[in-house]
Amino acid sequence: MIPASFDYHRPASVAEALSLVAKFGDEGRVVAGGHSLIPMMKLRMANPQHLIDLRDVAELKAGIRDDGGTTLIGALVTQAELIADESLARSCPILREAALQIADPQIRNCGTVGGNVANGDPGNDMPAVMMALDARFVVEGPDGTEELPARGFYQAAYFTSLGDNRILTAIRIPHPPTGHGAAYVKQKRKIGDYATAAAAVLLTRTGDRCTFASIALTNVADTPLFAEEASRILVGCTLDAATIDRAVAAAEAITRPSSDGRGPARFRTKVAGQMVRRAIATAKARASG
Amino acid sequence: MGKMHVKLTVNGRAVEALAEPRTLLIHFLRENLDLTGAHIGCETSHCGACTVDLDGKSVKSCTVFVAQANGADIVTIEGIAHADGTLHALQEAFRQHHGLQCGFCTPGMITRAWRLLQENPNPTEEEVRYGISGNLCRCTGYQNIVKAVLAAAHELSAVKEAAE
Repeated sequence: MIPASFDYHRPASVAEALSLVAKFGDEGRVVAGGHSLIPMMKLRMANPQHLIDLRDVAELKAGIRDDGGTTLIGALVTQAELIADESLARSCPILREAALQIADPQIRNCGTVGGNVANGDPGNDMPAVMMALDARFVVEGPDGTEELPARGFYQAAYFTSLGDNRILTAIRIPHPPTGHGAAYVKQKRKIGDYATAAAAVLLTRTGDRCTFASIALTNVADTPLFAEEASRILVGCTLDAATIDRAVAAAEAITRPSSDGRGPARFRTKVAGQMVRRAIATAKARASG
Repeated sequence: MGKMHVKLTVNGRAVEALAEPRTLLIHFLRENLDLTGAHIGCETSHCGACTVDLDGKSVKSCTVFVAQANGADIVTIEGIAHADGTLHALQEAFRQHHGLQCGFCTPGMITRAWRLLQENPNPTEEEVRYGISGNLCRCTGYQNIVKAVLAAAHELSAVKEAAE
């Protein structure tokens, strides 16, 4: 379980990191918390000749801050730091709820939000949450800075639209609507496991009538899924059993899970539906209106 | 791809060495420094037997390269007891409450619980269970481990109150 040899680099700025990324090309990999990459290096599924450690890049550790009606989260903010942020827990509680269901305390001390979303592992929890929140990923490269919508970022397992020679530096999250209710509901076999299926739901309501909804799914396809049709079904309708049944069916219809140790594909589709159902119920109860 | 010069503080002692960047922190601690308290269990960041404290946070040292830990302040199970050799309240509580059977997970459990009680000096049972959820024990069923951590929390709080 010892990875192949590599040269280690610790740039101090984004500019320096980008020049190393450009210099080494396919032979280089950036590492943040390392809790996805190091296991892959041990299994020789990743074999970088040059490891570019971002831990000293101050710009990426800029923390969690308000930026013109949005929340900006530095790529190197760890899951533990995100959980500890009281202001974020008030303005956007789904982030803490999701982070608390990722791995375990030791891993949350290392694992970063940026790594979780940039890595492209369909088992990661933050990508679906970011899709539900309509977040944008701030990426820097030789041609400057660009913001990519989370909903279009994931192409296939470990394949994203980050592009060559670029680094994800921050995540920009629009403030969810006032009075919204949200929930991230995850079924897993044990602490630390990836989801059998998980659902992120945000909604607002006036009385029983849903006025806004956003639903996304984790680990039931080779990418996280934004459940656009399921979200649309809820908006403008009373959140009654028949409407929720239709939204659940629409969410189940877009899943393409694999059969693995977490269960056969058909089972995981149904678990996804249950997670959506529970997340809608919880989000509804949490929404003021 | 040569070796690199690393400098760390381990249990209060400054350490310098040449190491391959790919050396995992757990291997460095055990093989270069002869600190064999932290154990290699699963080597896949699941079991927590390799838990050490890195810059004030619990981490799994099987999933940290020594290169990443360069410059860090590390505490291992060998650094938990008092300087005069008497056991830390947690170690004493694990003994009193039979918080171990085979003992393999114990260094990781205690090192994790040591940090947990600094983050949360008066945890509930549920908070203890959640706080050590990254450490697996295949013998005890956790009951006596949780009991020991709660007893140590109680003991440490009493000592702190007496001092104030």
